[in-house]
Amino acid sequence: MLAMIVKEFRQLRRDRRTLAMMIVLPVLLLVVLGYAASFDVSSIPVAAAGPDAAAALRSPFTVVATNPDPDVGWARNQLRDGNAGVAVVGEGNQAKVFVDGTQLFTAQAAERAFANTKAKANPTVQILYNPLLKTSFVMIPGLAGVILVFVGTVVTSLGVVRERQAGTLEQLAVMPLRPADVYLGKIAPYFGVAVADLAIVLAVGTSVFGVPFRGSAAVFGLGALLFVFVTLGLGVLISSVSQTQGQAIQLAIMTLLPQVLLSGLIFPLSSIVAGVRWIAYLLPLTYFTEISRGVMLRAEPIAALWQPFVYLTLLGVAITGLATLRFRAFLSPKES
Amino acid sequence: MSGWGTTEVTVRFGRTVALEAVSVTATKSTVTAVVGGDGAGKSTLLRCVAGALAPGSGTVRRPEAHRIGYLPSGPGGYEDLSVEENLQFVLSAYGIHRELGDYLRRSGLDGVRARLAGHLSGGMRRKLGVIAALLPEPELAVLDEPTTGIDPVSRADMWWLIARAAAGGAAVLLATTYLDEAARAERVLVLDAGRPLVAGPPSEVVAAMPGAIVPVPDEPSDQAERRRAWRRAGSWRVWQPDGHGGLAPDLQDAVCVAALKRELADAG
Repeated sequence: MLAMIVKEFRQLRRDRRTLAMMIVLPVLLLVVLGYAASFDVSSIPVAAAGPDAAAALRSPFTVVATNPDPDVGWARNQLRDGNAGVAVVGEGNQAKVFVDGTQLFTAQAAERAFANTKAKANPTVQILYNPLLKTSFVMIPGLAGVILVFVGTVVTSLGVVRERQAGTLEQLAVMPLRPADVYLGKIAPYFGVAVADLAIVLAVGTSVFGVPFRGSAAVFGLGALLFVFVTLGLGVLISSVSQTQGQAIQLAIMTLLPQVLLSGLIFPLSSIVAGVRWIAYLLPLTYFTEISRGVMLRAEPIAALWQPFVYLTLLGVAITGLATLRFRAFLSPKES
Repeated sequence: MSGWGTTEVTVRFGRTVALEAVSVTATKSTVTAVVGGDGAGKSTLLRCVAGALAPGSGTVRRPEAHRIGYLPSGPGGYEDLSVEENLQFVLSAYGIHRELGDYLRRSGLDGVRARLAGHLSGGMRRKLGVIAALLPEPELAVLDEPTTGIDPVSRADMWWLIARAAAGGAAVLLATTYLDEAARAERVLVLDAGRPLVAGPPSEVVAAMPGAIVPVPDEPSDQAERRRAWRRAGSWRVWQPDGHGGLAPDLQDAVCVAALKRELADAG
């Protein structure tokens, strides 16, 4: 047994990535989750329409947009476009309050806050997009993204490294194939599987769980296309810096985990402390979740989603560019 | 000399010199064998010629990628594709059409064309790799130990395929650890620790061997003589640098003598 223990320790000492994952990752997760894992909503962004609509609002409400006219259409659009979690139109007993049901914890916090103030004023509270505050309505559009990350990043990351491990990469590099042919040829099947997966998730989500699809399929499709390219690029990038399939899986999981935890899929972004929240803005799933929830649940138009689209595109260009460069280097003759 | 190959190629991996000023030429319709023990630099040289490795210095002459067939040192082929699918991938990548039947029959893979490469024996897998490299009928076929791990009968089949490729006009550059195989090549380059030991047609390498080889029944007791002796087929042979006559040497003897000569020179 001692021989085995010594052998394992020697192997582990040389497998620095695994060692780093075993030591650094738990600490990192503890710190990040300690700050990020919070369902508490301390601030509720409010759009106020009407001369004194904002006057009676106290903490936790924070007015982020105002309109001097008590315009219900404007107020609802503020929620649709994700600018606010709550919209107040008019004042006092005449006030109408709209709550965005897609922001589950914000909506629950708003309901509690209004319940506490009911004695003084009796506004009509209407929850939009997800009146019953169903968790599945909020989770399934985001889960579609998680599945795309799984196929796009985790599974794709195994593709290139498998060639390296099997010794076929060198043969591939010598064959009359352009790096672009190999790159696109590699990701095309995964792209197909990712699209099929997405269709299945949407079909099951809408038919079995009754999740609405209120927005434009084209906008959703464009967002999904961009997102799939980012995840596939990430998969190829991971693959090109990994020596073995085990290393590729480790790295892929290390990119999957923060995306699940910090993208706003589970914990509201506003509840994550600023020191950790910036990580969320580097994660592609953050933007896809915003697009998928916006389009599916609130019928958010593309004009209101320009920010996630732009950031997703920038991430896509950066990651795919880097992956292409790495891949090209991967296939070019090795420098001695 | 015209042909494909290297001129004064040097390759370093960190501080290790894998190849030092190595030149080799593979000419049309001939087989050139690179011979050497483990770590001699055979694979490194072939990788340079095939285009998988860029040398630190020296020049490499090779045709365009679609005219090169390459068998790397790995097992060969995709383990999760069948024999036929592997070969179809090669045909498709090179954009060519070929009848697979003859290749498969001659290599003994005809009966396993639907079997996954991962389920083939080591020798069969090697055969698949050789066929994949020769299938495009390349101008330059670079084969890294095509017959290693293959049974004697299959080795003969592999040589039939290699000879056919050469007869068809290919310049074949192959690495081998078997000197009897190297003797079948038109030209041979023997590498020792990344440096050329001897080079030329096998008959010329043998003819150029200095001194004579004397057979002895037992290991020589004399210290100096022992340093020039080696065991072969149950008896011993001693190289006499200034001797005449003795055994008619073959390529293996000539290579042993060249290695001893360098060893003695390096030792001063």
